[in-house]
Amino acid sequence: MEPLALYVHWPFCLAKCPYCDFNSHVRERIDQARFAAALRAELAWEAARLGRRPLASIFFGGGTPSLMAPETVAVLIADARRLFDAEGEVEITLEANPTSVEAGRLAAFRAAGVNRISMGIQSLREEPLRALGRQHSGAQAVAALETARRVFPRVSFDLIYARPGQTLADWRAELREALALAHDHLSLYQLTIEPGTAYEALHRRGELVLPDQELAAALYEATAEEAATFGLRGYEISNYAVPGGESRHNLAYWRYGDYAGIGPGAHGRVSVGGQLLATRRHRAPEPWAEMVEARGHGTTREDPVAPVERAREALLMGLRLAEGIDEARFARRTGVAMDDAVDGDVLAQAIEEGYVARDGGRLVALAEGRLRLDALLGALVL
Amino acid sequence: MTDTPLDRIRNFSIIAHIDHGKSTLADRLIQATGGLTAREMTEQVLDNMELEKERGITIKAQTVRLAYKAKDGLDYVLNLMDTPGHVDFAYEVSRSLAACEGSLLVVDASQGVEAQTLANVYQAIDANHEIVPVLNKIDLPAAEPDRVRQQIEDVIGLDASDAVMVSAKSGLNIEGVLEALVTRLPPPTGNRNAPLKALIVDSWYDQYLGVIILIRVKDGSIRKGQKIRMMANGITHPVEQVGVFTPRLVPVDDLGPGEMGYITAAIKTVADIAVGDTITDDRQPATEALPGFKPSVPVVWCGLFPVDADDFEKLRDSLAKLRLNDASFHFEAESSAALGFGYRCGFLGLLHLEIIQERLSREFDLDLIATAPSVVYRLFANDGSMTELHNPADMPDPTKIDHIEEPWIKATIMVPDEYLGSILTLCSERRGVQLDLTYVGNRAMAVYRLPLNEVVFDFYDRLKSVSRGYASFDYAMDAYAEGELVRISILVNQDPVDALSFIAHKSQAERRGRSICEKLKDLIPKQLFKIAIQAAIGGRVIARETIGALSKDVTAKCYGGDISRKRKLLEKQKEGKKRMRQFGKVEIPQSAFLAALKMDA
Repeated sequence: MEPLALYVHWPFCLAKCPYCDFNSHVRERIDQARFAAALRAELAWEAARLGRRPLASIFFGGGTPSLMAPETVAVLIADARRLFDAEGEVEITLEANPTSVEAGRLAAFRAAGVNRISMGIQSLREEPLRALGRQHSGAQAVAALETARRVFPRVSFDLIYARPGQTLADWRAELREALALAHDHLSLYQLTIEPGTAYEALHRRGELVLPDQELAAALYEATAEEAATFGLRGYEISNYAVPGGESRHNLAYWRYGDYAGIGPGAHGRVSVGGQLLATRRHRAPEPWAEMVEARGHGTTREDPVAPVERAREALLMGLRLAEGIDEARFARRTGVAMDDAVDGDVLAQAIEEGYVARDGGRLVALAEGRLRLDALLGALVL
Repeated sequence: MTDTPLDRIRNFSIIAHIDHGKSTLADRLIQATGGLTAREMTEQVLDNMELEKERGITIKAQTVRLAYKAKDGLDYVLNLMDTPGHVDFAYEVSRSLAACEGSLLVVDASQGVEAQTLANVYQAIDANHEIVPVLNKIDLPAAEPDRVRQQIEDVIGLDASDAVMVSAKSGLNIEGVLEALVTRLPPPTGNRNAPLKALIVDSWYDQYLGVIILIRVKDGSIRKGQKIRMMANGITHPVEQVGVFTPRLVPVDDLGPGEMGYITAAIKTVADIAVGDTITDDRQPATEALPGFKPSVPVVWCGLFPVDADDFEKLRDSLAKLRLNDASFHFEAESSAALGFGYRCGFLGLLHLEIIQERLSREFDLDLIATAPSVVYRLFANDGSMTELHNPADMPDPTKIDHIEEPWIKATIMVPDEYLGSILTLCSERRGVQLDLTYVGNRAMAVYRLPLNEVVFDFYDRLKSVSRGYASFDYAMDAYAEGELVRISILVNQDPVDALSFIAHKSQAERRGRSICEKLKDLIPKQLFKIAIQAAIGGRVIARETIGALSKDVTAKCYGGDISRKRKLLEKQKEGKKRMRQFGKVEIPQSAFLAALKMDA
C-alpha cells in the first residue's frame, strides 16, 4: 500500500504578504478550539475511509501554522500516529515565522512531536523584508534560526531572490550569509508574480520590475553554485539539501505519491478503491469549519484523475526533481507508459540538446532542462 | 417622365482627385435640384458603403437623375454618373465615361492638379468628352484660382478661362455649375425609332430586387415586360422593372434614347451579366453591338487564410457574397502548409485588395491572414510555353524556366520640388526608368516606368513618408518585360514556410532576404530550442539569423496544492499552441506572421 503524506492547513496569518497567493486569511480573533476540533474531525473522517496505511510524513503548512497553539499541533500528531501505521520514522514539519512570539514557542512545538522546522525567513536584509511585507527583522531572523538549530534535529528555511533591483553580487553575498546559518535544507525561490496578489497590481502598473530572463538565469545558476560550496545539492528546482536532508513530505508530491490534505483549501491525491482521487476542501476557514461540523469533512470537490491527467501531473512534478522519474513506477502509478505520455520527436531533440536524459529506467530533466522546464513540459507532454 | 427630348438631356461624370470635393459637389447638385429632401440628405449620399464614406472614396459607380429648370426657362434632365477616382477602379471610370457626353473636372483651388486628376481627365478626353473645369473651395484663404487655372492650361492643355468658381461645401455658385452643364455640354444623340441598343454600364446585387443593371440607352427604348436579349451570348430575359435613380430607385414606364437608368430581369448573379455588353430587343434586334469594354483583369494577387481554420467555409461564403457585387475580383481555393486552407484572390490593385480585406473583416467578421501581395508573372518554359504565375509558392524549378516576365506600370508622380530628390531616389531604388520630368510652378511632375512588383511592396507608404504626404501618385498598366527574377524562400529550421516566399529582382534579393530574416528574429519569441531562420534562393542561403533558446522559464514554487492548477495551465498552454502555426518544433505566433507579411521591402 502507498505510504501516506499528511498535509494540515492552518489558514491564518498576522498579515497578508503582497507576493503570496496561498490560502491565508487575517482575523482579529481566532477560535483556536473550534479549528482544532474541526481539523481533528476531518483527520478522523479521512483516516476512516483511507484505512490504516503507513504514515510517512506530516506537514503543517499555511497560512502561518506557528500561530497554532502547540497543544493543537500535539493532539493532531497524536491522532495521526494512532489512526495510521506510524511504526517507522515519521517526518513531521511545521512552517514557522521568525517573529519573537513564534520563536518563543519553538520548544513547545518540538515537545508536541514536530521534528523538522521550516522557517519563512525570505531575506536577511531589512529593506527587502519591508518590501516583502514581512513582520520580522533580519536580526530576529538570525536569532530565530539559532534557536531552531538548538531545538530541532532538522531545520530548513525559505529565501526569496530575483527581487526587483537585486544584482548578482548582492544575492551572492546575502546567500553566503544564509548558507552559513543553514542546517540540512534550504528553499530558495525566485520571486514570482502570482495572479490576484498586491504584487501583481504593482507589476501591471510597471512599479515592480523583475530581473530579465538572462539575469534570472544567472541568479539561478549562481544559487546552485553557492549552495554546492556549502554541501547543499539542488534536488528540486528551488530546494537544496545535504544528502539525506531532503523534505520527505515534499518528495511525496514530486514523486506523485499519495497525500491527504486536511484543513481549509487543502488539496489531496489519494488512492481509494483503485482510483486516484483529487480532493479539495472549502477555501474559506469558517464555512469549512461549518461543513466539518455538519458532516465530518469540508470537501467541496472530489474527482477521479484520469490516466492521461495522472501522466501529465506526474511529469510536471517529477521532472522538477534532479533524480527525475522512475519510469516503471510512473507506468504503475499513472496507467500510461512513458512513451505514450511524451512526444517522441521533442524528447529526441531535448536529449540531443542536453535538456533531458533517459537511461537506467529513468527520465530526467538535466540542469539545462530544469532551467526551462515550463517550456519543456509544454512541448514534451502529450 | 422618360419621353424627354434628346436636347433636354445632359449626361455627365465628375472627375477629381481624392478630397478635392467631388462627392460634396454631387450632394449639392442633388440638393439644389430637389432630388432628396433635407432630411434625407446625409453626407455624401452617393457613397453608400460605410467604407466609402469613411475613406472619402467612391468604389462603385453611382448614378442620379436630376431635374433642373434652367435660366432659359426649359426643364432639363441631368444624369450624373459619379465615378471612382482611384486607379484601381480605372476600369469602372472608363465604363462611366463611355455612358456620358461630358465631364466636370473638379480641382481644389488651393491644391491644384494632382496625379489622379490627370489620369482620369485623359480618359475623359479619350472618350471625346466636353470638359468643364470647376474650381472648388474657392472661399478658402489659401485658394489661388489664377494659379490653378494656369496650371490646368499648362498641365492638361485645357482652356480654363471660364472655369466655374464654386464652394461645394458652402453651396456657393452651384447654380453656375448647373447652367454650365446645360449650356456647355452637348446633348446625347440617338434614334427612338431604331432597334433598342442599351449599354450595360454596371450591375450589382440587391437582396430585394436581385441583380440590378445600370444602363445607358443609345437607341430605341426599353420598358417593363419587354423581352430583351444580351447581344454577347444571346440569352433573353423579360424586363421586370425599369427605373431611374433620384438617387432612390424610382420605377418608370420606359427609358428612351439618351437616358440612364436601371432594369431588373430576374437575374440571379452579377456573374451572368457581362458589363459592356449591349442589350437589344429580342423581336426586333439591333444588328451591331455598341463598342464594349476590355474585361478587367486582376493585377495583384494574395492568399487569404482564416486565422481560425474552422472559418474556412465562412470565408468561402463571404467571398462568394462579395463577388455577387464585384465581378472584378477573383478567388480560387489554395492550401498552404503554413496557413492551412484559404483562397488565392485577385484584385484590380492594392486599394481594391485592402477594401476587400476590410469588408471581409467588418461585414463578415472574419479574422484573416493575408500573404504578401504578388503580381502576375509570365513564366516562359524552355519549350517556349507560357504560364501565368499568381503565387510565388507555385514557382517551378528554375532549371525548367527559360525566362520570366513581369508587369510594368507607367506612373505619374506630382510633388512639390523640395521633395523631388527623395522621390527620384525612391523611384530609382525601385528600378524605375524616368520617362519625363516637367515643372509647373513649384510642382514637379515625374513620369516613370516601374515594375509593379516594386510598387506592391510599401511604395505608397514610402512615397508618403519621403514627401511628407505631399506627393500624389497614379499609374496605368504598361507592358510585360523580361526581368532577372528569383524566388526567395524563407526557411525556419530548414523547413520552407511557403506563405513567406516571395519573388524579387536579383539585385534586391539579398537585401530583402536579409531584412525579412532580421524582422522574423525580432518577431518570433525565444523558444525551448534555438531556431535558425534562413532566406534562400534555390539551395543557396543568402541570409541567416539564429534565435537563441530561451534562457529561463520555470515555475519557482510547486507543491501538492498546486497540481490541479498547474496541470490546467499546461493544458491551456497546449490549447494555445494549436492556434499557433507550427513549423517542425517552432511555433510562430499569429502576430509575427501578420507583421512579417506586412513588412516593407
